[in-house]
Amino acid sequence: MNESFLIVALVTAMVLVIAGSVIALIIAPKTQNEQKGEPYECGVLTRGTSWLPFRVGYYLFAILFLMFDVETVYLFPWAVVMQSMGVQGLAVVGLFLAILALGLAYAWKKGALEWK
Amino acid sequence: MFDFKIVTSWIDNLLRVDLGLDNFWTLAIEFILVGVALLAAYALIALVLIYAERKICAFFQCRIGPDRVGKWGLIQVIADMIKILTKEIIPIKRSEKLLFFLAPFFVIIGSFLTFGALPFAKGLHAIDFNIGVLYILAVSSLGVIGIVLAGWSSNNKYSLIGAMRAGAQLISYEISAGLALMTMVVLAGSMQLSTIVESQADGWFIFKGGIFALVAFVIYLIAGHAETNRGPFDLPESESELTAGYHTEYSGIMFGFYYVAEYTNLFIISAIATTMFLGGWMPLHIPGLDGFNQVMDYIPSAVWFFGKCAFCIFLALWVRWSYPRLRIDQLLKLEWKILMPISLINIAAVAVAVTI
Repeated sequence: MNESFLIVALVTAMVLVIAGSVIALIIAPKTQNEQKGEPYECGVLTRGTSWLPFRVGYYLFAILFLMFDVETVYLFPWAVVMQSMGVQGLAVVGLFLAILALGLAYAWKKGALEWK
Repeated sequence: MFDFKIVTSWIDNLLRVDLGLDNFWTLAIEFILVGVALLAAYALIALVLIYAERKICAFFQCRIGPDRVGKWGLIQVIADMIKILTKEIIPIKRSEKLLFFLAPFFVIIGSFLTFGALPFAKGLHAIDFNIGVLYILAVSSLGVIGIVLAGWSSNNKYSLIGAMRAGAQLISYEISAGLALMTMVVLAGSMQLSTIVESQADGWFIFKGGIFALVAFVIYLIAGHAETNRGPFDLPESESELTAGYHTEYSGIMFGFYYVAEYTNLFIISAIATTMFLGGWMPLHIPGLDGFNQVMDYIPSAVWFFGKCAFCIFLALWVRWSYPRLRIDQLLKLEWKILMPISLINIAAVAVAVTI
């Protein structure tokens, strides 16, 4: 039953976007103009393309995110059964967390967390 | 307390027995009803929040806010919505057309799927997975894809910078939000939202969980404000430097989708904070005061849920209009050097405290 409600919500969201766009396309006025389709850049014409090489800082944070996000996914099943796992489970996950904290400390020391 | 299961089973019974429909048609009608109800709630909450934001922001700045259309400007938002529907959708030259029109889908789907999983009141709960918290974290991050696609495809330098900032900000703060929610999963021993709410019947987690819950609650609120691109964290669309950030080139209803998604995301963040920390639709119970508890039980569960949500939303608005915008290096430093170590220590501490 839950899975079907998921599909219902998905379809409803799509219907919302499609219906909104179609209604706007039908009732909105349309005019043509040389300047109208230009990307906005404070009124002057744009020079060149916008798809340029971008700074590497964002990429570093994306890599760090990947590491910690996967960690979160691994930790969630443990969080559910934690109360019945006892001290042994705690020790194992403590090791896991310690390795991750070490990774964060390494990135910190290397200056990957600085925005330069 | 009133259980909404009564209403759903009554409708089911009405369709099956009284009207004598077979299984397929019953399910089809029920699915359409659920979809329409979700859509109506989604749109209504966005409208109410847009009005509340404009009015409360006005009062914070000693203005009156909208007051011309309808009494106290109550119909202003509906008028704006109709206006935005009649505005032209302008295609941008040399943009990635397909991705440009695909991006609003991701943003709306991401927030709508999360919206469907919220427990609004007792028995009023559409999507209730046993991995609920993980599901919410997963689908709510779909919005990032939409935002980055929007910025990349519009062939605009402002959009691209805004999208990159949004990407860095959203993915960074998602980790803290996830770890804060995990603290509550440890206390509840379940990821199913209905079970989490039920386990707060004898006391909300913010009271029951002690210092851990309090720390997690504050971290979740900060991370939540950052995830909605609001408050002091509105770098991706900082209007004084980036025009409008990733949705600069969107016009008419295409912009409206981003606008609606922003406000429903604010509601969703507040609703998740309510469910996980403030007891969801559970009434306030103080152990030992039976008379008081009985009186509290008479207040409907939906009122409790929306009241707590309104409190969280008001906090978000208050923060938004009180603090200046952060710089991107401050923003990332706050997450990676302050919130994240605190969340890691918090989750380790709660694990030790629960085990021993």
